Amino acid sequence: MALLDVSNLGISFGGLRAVDNFEIHIEQGQLYGLIGPNGAGKTTVFNMLTGVYKPDDGKIELDGKNITGKKTIEINQAGVARTFQNIRLFKELSVLDNVKVGLHNHHPYSTLEGIFRLPNYFKVEKEMDERALELLKVFDLDKEADFLASNLPYGKQRKLEIARALATQPKLLLLDEPAAGMNPNETKELMDTIRFVRDQFHMTILLIEHDMKLVSGICEELTVLNFGQILASGQTSQVLNDPQVIKAYLGE
Amino acid sequence: MKKLNLSKNAKHDLVTYGIVVVAYLVMEILMKAGLVSSLLKGLLVPLCIYAIMAVSLNLTVGILGELSLGHAGFMCVGAFASAFFSMCMKESAMPGGLRFLLALIIGALAAGIFGILIGIPVLRLRGDYLAIVTLAFGEIIKNLVNVLYIGRDVDGFHFSMKDSLSLNLGEGGKVIVNGAQGITGTPNDSNFTIGIILLLITLVIILNFIHSRTGRAVMAIRDNRIAAESVGINITKYKLMAFAISAALAGIAGVLYAHNLATLTALPKNFGYNMSIMILVYVVLGGIGSTRGSMIAAVILTLLPELLRGLNDYRMLIYSIVLIAMMLFNWSPKAREFREKYSWKRIMKNGKKEEV
Repeated sequence: MALLDVSNLGISFGGLRAVDNFEIHIEQGQLYGLIGPNGAGKTTVFNMLTGVYKPDDGKIELDGKNITGKKTIEINQAGVARTFQNIRLFKELSVLDNVKVGLHNHHPYSTLEGIFRLPNYFKVEKEMDERALELLKVFDLDKEADFLASNLPYGKQRKLEIARALATQPKLLLLDEPAAGMNPNETKELMDTIRFVRDQFHMTILLIEHDMKLVSGICEELTVLNFGQILASGQTSQVLNDPQVIKAYLGE
Repeated sequence: MKKLNLSKNAKHDLVTYGIVVVAYLVMEILMKAGLVSSLLKGLLVPLCIYAIMAVSLNLTVGILGELSLGHAGFMCVGAFASAFFSMCMKESAMPGGLRFLLALIIGALAAGIFGILIGIPVLRLRGDYLAIVTLAFGEIIKNLVNVLYIGRDVDGFHFSMKDSLSLNLGEGGKVIVNGAQGITGTPNDSNFTIGIILLLITLVIILNFIHSRTGRAVMAIRDNRIAAESVGINITKYKLMAFAISAALAGIAGVLYAHNLATLTALPKNFGYNMSIMILVYVVLGGIGSTRGSMIAAVILTLLPELLRGLNDYRMLIYSIVLIAMMLFNWSPKAREFREKYSWKRIMKNGKKEEV
């Protein structure tokens, strides 16, 4: 059974059918790409998968569990984490604290234990610090742990967002245009990072991307959206050579 | 690595506590030496009150990132709830210390409950709704207290919203809350030492809160609500928690206020809109989000008008110039650059390097 099973997903805004009859099946450990021209509805799909929008119809199943129309928090707790197209970090918090917020639900202690600094506070905070630093090290961010997140260079902010998402221990990681605004060198580095995350954390990754080099370089399967509908779906090389896809992207 | 990060916050907090303790000791010594004017002596408890108010409002404005314009309303709730309790217990055999402790708890709880009641509907909304609702709340509470009459006789408590006569008190009955005349004869339980202790407790609660898991979640919500939600943070719960704690601590300031004066009345001056704005000014000038800054700004801006009393006509002029100067010093980019360049930390560090 697939890790993520989406069938017949659709949503309308006013009279506009933004996404229609969308389906996708992602296996555990797969690196899956979702591509399409601007305004095709890719981010809308992400927002439905993460509970930002409630789909009008269709069904989303994660690991056999129905998560359709659940709240963002519940979906995160069920095992979906994401990054954002326009980076959304906790700017005034340190790099370390950004990751520790991601660890929030997995290392609990009560507010009173925090205020009165009971032994559990020190124990759990230590665990969190260690775990967060481990994660930062994976992304080569451990030297910047004390920096404010807003002071990081752009490429590292992207990485920090991925680290924060991974801190919530997801089964499925959604990356929304991770290479947006990156130069070719940074993009190449990012490709390595994404592959590394998949192998190291046995993560299943679904990503939205415009950069064809990145997509053809790392995605095993693709789904192409155009005007809210699936244009093509399947093996990356097949899909990219599909005349319909070429037409949608490059025109005739 | 871990030690470095933890001790940095801890050090910063310790300095804040240290400032309070040193200020207390200096004042005590000056008082013992008889160098403190009676005017200043009368200001010591209000200083603690305003510092607590500023520090607690900073939790809402700076840490939670929501604008509250009715902080004095929570202080009013705390003040009247605790004063009412103290008046009821005044004739009982309860020792004064215990009575004041209970009054503190009651004042904080009452204000905290009002914080939750206001927070539940309003904090779910995005935008500046909290500012509008708290503004209204502050005014409503003040006016409500002004028409509230409560008396007690052998039959128990009597309430009225009209006047003290309609309470229909029996023989030997006493009016406790007398409308616009407020509560008269509250026991004078607070003094400078108690004020400083309460300020320290407030600081400990707030600073420990900020540097805990909960505080991090609250600041994450402030910085990016959508991202916080996406990593599984319960937005409403943590917003409500921070707001209720902020309100409860304002309630503590209210208890201190109520037990510092013999008569407690709700005037626009002490619990009205102006007061809320004053406290907000302290927070903004102290540097939004900086607990220590809020406290220091509160002290300076409370002392200043009083110290300038001799200058009479120019008093408010100088006060406003200081406001502008502080604002520039804290917020303009050039001043920030200057402060970073010449900060104590930097100077100390350079000094050490030269020694090596």
